[in-house]
Amino acid sequence: MKQSLFESRHKTEWEQFALMLERLERGKETSRVASFPSDYRRLCQHLALAQERGYSSFLVDSLQQQVLRGHQQLYRHRSWLRANVLSFILADFPRLVREQWPFVLAASLIFFGSLIGIGLLVYLFPELVYNLIPAEQVSEMQSMYDPVAGHLGRLAERAASEDWEMFGYYIMHNIGIAFQTFASGLLFGLGSAFFLFFNGLMIGAVAGHLTHIGYGQTFWSFVIGHGAFELSAIALAGAAGLQLGWALIAPGRLPRAEALRVAASKSVLLICGVMLFLLIAAFIEAYWSSRTGVTPLTKYLVGAALWVLVATYLLFAGRTRHAPE
Amino acid sequence: MLETTALPRKATLAPPLDTRYQVETPEGIDLPLRPAGLMVRALAFTIDLGLRGLILGLLFMVLAFLGKLGAGLGSILLFVVSWWYMVLFEVLNQGRSPGKQWMGLRVVHDDGTPIGWSASLLRNLLRFVDMLPFGYFLGAISCLQHPTFKRLGDLAAGTLVIYREQPLTRPQLPDAPPRRAAFALTLTEQRAILGFAERQGELSEARAGELASILAQPLHVSAPQAVAELNGIARGLLGPT
Repeated sequence: MKQSLFESRHKTEWEQFALMLERLERGKETSRVASFPSDYRRLCQHLALAQERGYSSFLVDSLQQQVLRGHQQLYRHRSWLRANVLSFILADFPRLVREQWPFVLAASLIFFGSLIGIGLLVYLFPELVYNLIPAEQVSEMQSMYDPVAGHLGRLAERAASEDWEMFGYYIMHNIGIAFQTFASGLLFGLGSAFFLFFNGLMIGAVAGHLTHIGYGQTFWSFVIGHGAFELSAIALAGAAGLQLGWALIAPGRLPRAEALRVAASKSVLLICGVMLFLLIAAFIEAYWSSRTGVTPLTKYLVGAALWVLVATYLLFAGRTRHAPE
Repeated sequence: MLETTALPRKATLAPPLDTRYQVETPEGIDLPLRPAGLMVRALAFTIDLGLRGLILGLLFMVLAFLGKLGAGLGSILLFVVSWWYMVLFEVLNQGRSPGKQWMGLRVVHDDGTPIGWSASLLRNLLRFVDMLPFGYFLGAISCLQHPTFKRLGDLAAGTLVIYREQPLTRPQLPDAPPRRAAFALTLTEQRAILGFAERQGELSEARAGELASILAQPLHVSAPQAVAELNGIARGLLGPT
């Protein structure tokens, strides 16, 4: 068959397909496209014929473009997460955390190990803090948690009306740290391990120092509430990063690039959960932890309850087969 | 003769001359994608960077009037713009951030399908590593050594930055009386002759004559007549319009 005959025979079909494609790409009236898959396969056949019969480049190229656009519409990846937010929160995220337990365990050991270790060291040998943190930052920290000042938070002159400001600050700062901890895991896990260790070191040093100089009450009652979500989120972000690195170190039976892709698609789900945790943490930190009218005992109790809640959630949510999905 | 340029038997297929990347669809069709190289991607990123700076500058000027509330909003906006700008544009605007749109690029999955939330989030979070230790050093090295110019984030997310398809215009074939070739043409020869006729508008007359004269001897015509002869064959192949 000559090319011009072929073209004139199928021209209207191709024009209709192009119209359908435009509708699909704009995402409207998608109900009237039931014939799309069969039309698309027909177009594929036309392309194969055009190539096989040696038709001109213009025809082959324009058919190829149409097929590519059709391919993108027919085989597009449906967003799994968007449709299943609730089941992700209730079951899939804790399941994923448990499934990745070796990485979570390793990240927690690095992070909480360095935190507690250096905290104890600084508590026992107080001058050690000046080796880790510059002196002016130490005094800044001291003025923040000074029991006589009566205000709490990262800024000394903090008032309740500034909650909103601090909420924004916490979101930016903490999620930024979590993202860094995760992403640097691509360097064979070294980056994640470094950030976990480093952050643990800093938090531990400040905690040990403030407890030693007697500001423990204000400090611990402030951090215990949101710490449940914040610290576990950092550890989980590190676990996601370590997972990336491990895929490169020990890819198993897959090629390294493929192993990395598989690990990455799982770890990005972990990161979604981490973001959720950090949003909750920022909310608690801005609106609960900073309240000064509450007695420290209440804060300790609520804080302990939150830690238990996080642990229960991660350990037991989604265990049943028919979890609330 | 033309046949001498054909590949010897059992020779492995030579890799394509250009950087096209073939995606095989389930229908058995090979779709060529054209991956974008380092330079054009760097330009697109620079445009995006400038645009982000502009957005933040304007917003902070407005928010400065709102005091503490403004500072809180500003922090959230800084977070959104610095970590989510690319993701939102890529997912909601068919894989094109403004810079990529400007440079005619788009991001797709490895299989040519539009990019989704998780892949976009992943490739943009891992941008942090690509930027290490300074100025996109690791990203540039990865991009330069990879056959389809992937930076580390693209490798992990399984994504590809390609040139967007430009709409084609129908080329005008030069007028000539249709004729039949003196001997049977192979498919590639047929494509080549049609291609020569379709692209003649882009060639100077002298260049067209020079190209056609290569075929003068196998076609048994004199060199000056070769162009008309080829156009005639192309017309004959195309059929009556």
